[in-house]
Amino acid sequence: MTDERLREVSRLRRAMIRPELGAIAGTILVFVFFLMIAGDSGMFGPKGIQNWTVVSAQFAIIAVGACLLMIAGEFDLSVGSMIGFAGVVIAILSVQWGWPVWASIIVAFAICLALGFVNGVLVIKTGLPSFIVTLAFLYILRGLTIWLSILTTRQTIIGGVKDVAEGDPLAWAFGGVILKPVFQWLADIGLIDTFTRGTRAGQPVVEGVPMLVVWALALIVFGHFLLTKTKFGNWIFAAGGDKQAARYVGVPVDRVKILMFMFTAFCACVFATCQVMEFGSAAADRGLLKEFEAIICVVIGGALLTGGYGSVIGAALGALIFGVVQQGLFFSGAESSLFRVFLGTILILAVILNTYIRRMITGER
Amino acid sequence: MSTPIVEMKSIEKHFGPVIALAGVSFDIRPGECHCLLGDNGAGKSTFIKTMAGVHKPTKGEILFEGTPMSFDSPRDSMEAGIATVYQDLAMIPLMSVTRNFWMGREPEKGFAPFKRVDFDHANQVTMDEMKKMGINLRSPDQAVGTLSGGERQTVAIARAVYFGAKVLILDEPTSALGVRQTANVLSTIDKVRKKGIGVVFITHNVRHALAVGDRFTVLNRGKTLGTAGRGEITPEQLQDLMAGGQEMAQLEGSLGGTV
Ligand SMILES: Nc1ncnc2c1ncn2[C@@H]1O[C@H](COP(=O)(O)OP(=O)(O)OP(=O)(O)O)[C@@H](O)[C@H]1O
Ligand SMILES: [Mg+2]
Repeated sequence: MTDERLREVSRLRRAMIRPELGAIAGTILVFVFFLMIAGDSGMFGPKGIQNWTVVSAQFAIIAVGACLLMIAGEFDLSVGSMIGFAGVVIAILSVQWGWPVWASIIVAFAICLALGFVNGVLVIKTGLPSFIVTLAFLYILRGLTIWLSILTTRQTIIGGVKDVAEGDPLAWAFGGVILKPVFQWLADIGLIDTFTRGTRAGQPVVEGVPMLVVWALALIVFGHFLLTKTKFGNWIFAAGGDKQAARYVGVPVDRVKILMFMFTAFCACVFATCQVMEFGSAAADRGLLKEFEAIICVVIGGALLTGGYGSVIGAALGALIFGVVQQGLFFSGAESSLFRVFLGTILILAVILNTYIRRMITGER
Repeated sequence: MSTPIVEMKSIEKHFGPVIALAGVSFDIRPGECHCLLGDNGAGKSTFIKTMAGVHKPTKGEILFEGTPMSFDSPRDSMEAGIATVYQDLAMIPLMSVTRNFWMGREPEKGFAPFKRVDFDHANQVTMDEMKKMGINLRSPDQAVGTLSGGERQTVAIARAVYFGAKVLILDEPTSALGVRQTANVLSTIDKVRKKGIGVVFITHNVRHALAVGDRFTVLNRGKTLGTAGRGEITPEQLQDLMAGGQEMAQLEGSLGGTV
């Protein structure tokens, strides 16, 4: 069916006008930039790629949660503190109390989901902005984390997780590496360098794909599917777009929001568990500022701060931009403080572009 | 005379100190159009919101098909077959027409956990229903924010007509519509009524009310001034009831004609 008032829109233009456009443009810009200034520094060799992939994946894990929550119209500023808290819980239970690591991980997830639930219920029942409620939890959880850590071990770092996690199936699901044979084969045909000396001589410099990256991809696919293809996804948009209108037509707005707080907490716990398994330790100051980094990824990805609009793919690209810029400046040998300058610039540019696109799509005035 | 689908008995609704409804009784039978009239602030919207499950009545009883019923949320009333066009429309501007149209009752396909919204079907129905109301959408993916006020209102009406299995509640559905779309809505009300659905029609326009109404109830300051059947009341009487008599006559005099 055609409408005579509709100008013929070129296919290219239609493909371009999408919420992720700002993030796509930013990603291209960032890659071109670093190919130019750090192309021969090893940043785009196997080891370098692994390096920024892992960092980007970390951002992506928390960005997916923050993205769905923001689209549902809320923030969670307690994500960073929850990361520190979950890590310390795992370490205390497994190292200090001698629990199996899998049980410690399950308990940490249960606690995080409960905290997400409490965040959500408090926001809904008090009607206060989630900004304030979760800001309170930012302090409460950070304080509890340090207190618990010092109370049980007299220090703020709890090590020894690596030893107790040996052979634990659930620990592997967060700290393991997959596709090892493929990478060995890539090394055999000479696509990946191998260690030439030491105990690992002959093994590829990149062992395989860390489970952290698998988690990131799985969460991105899950979040994208949920948001764009399912009924619940429609409710997420509706809850953030106009909660009264959504209630009128029977959307269970409160339930949607509380579940999104819980999902954000789940993502924070995934992040925390992966980090504890990677480092073999937990520290009370882990996760500092992560809540803002997640929000920045989401906003670069085209989401509207006031809710009701956004894209998980965009948020994932935002995480990629974040990771590449952070590691790229390291590879190029630039002053690390420049990371912030660069990031701030990208943030502004992406958001300006996003706002422009969004107005075109939604007719916002 | 058939039994009412919904019967509301002496409904009271207080918002803190504000008494929005002070004992309103009302019923809606299958196949009739019951018009609800009254001044601004009379309590019409509040009343239909209690019927739709948005508000819980402070006092009074709601019978649905003869049995006492308490709707805890709009979802309950929707499931019972009551669809509502709210005065503030309940449309989300950032979302597409299709997503708005189906919001709360999305059609699904596939098996759990891969159940997904059947967008092909949803888009098709949305376009068809809008066309029936006399509006050709450019695309079902279009955000509601890009529609004109009247087009938005039409989406809300089309949605309610599509889902209103037993009762259709329309709160000032024609306030922003053009002549053709208004005629369309009135003839849709007529069509829907003939299918045996009960229509509650709120309007400020006496001519629209008389064009399709079978019964007329006038609200004034949270109370009913009474219910009249078709032919029992003249347009002038209805107008006077709605606006509270003499002042209206004076106003009309100074404006030199019927308002
Ligand atoms: N949520 C609320 N809280 C407090 N007072 C309310 C609320 N909703 C409605 N009221 C009050 O109840 C009264 C009736 O309002 P209502 O919206 O039902 O009027 P109406 O008959 O629909 O008017 P209109 O023709 O302008 O749409 C008004 O005085 C209004 O201020
Ligand atoms: Mg009203």
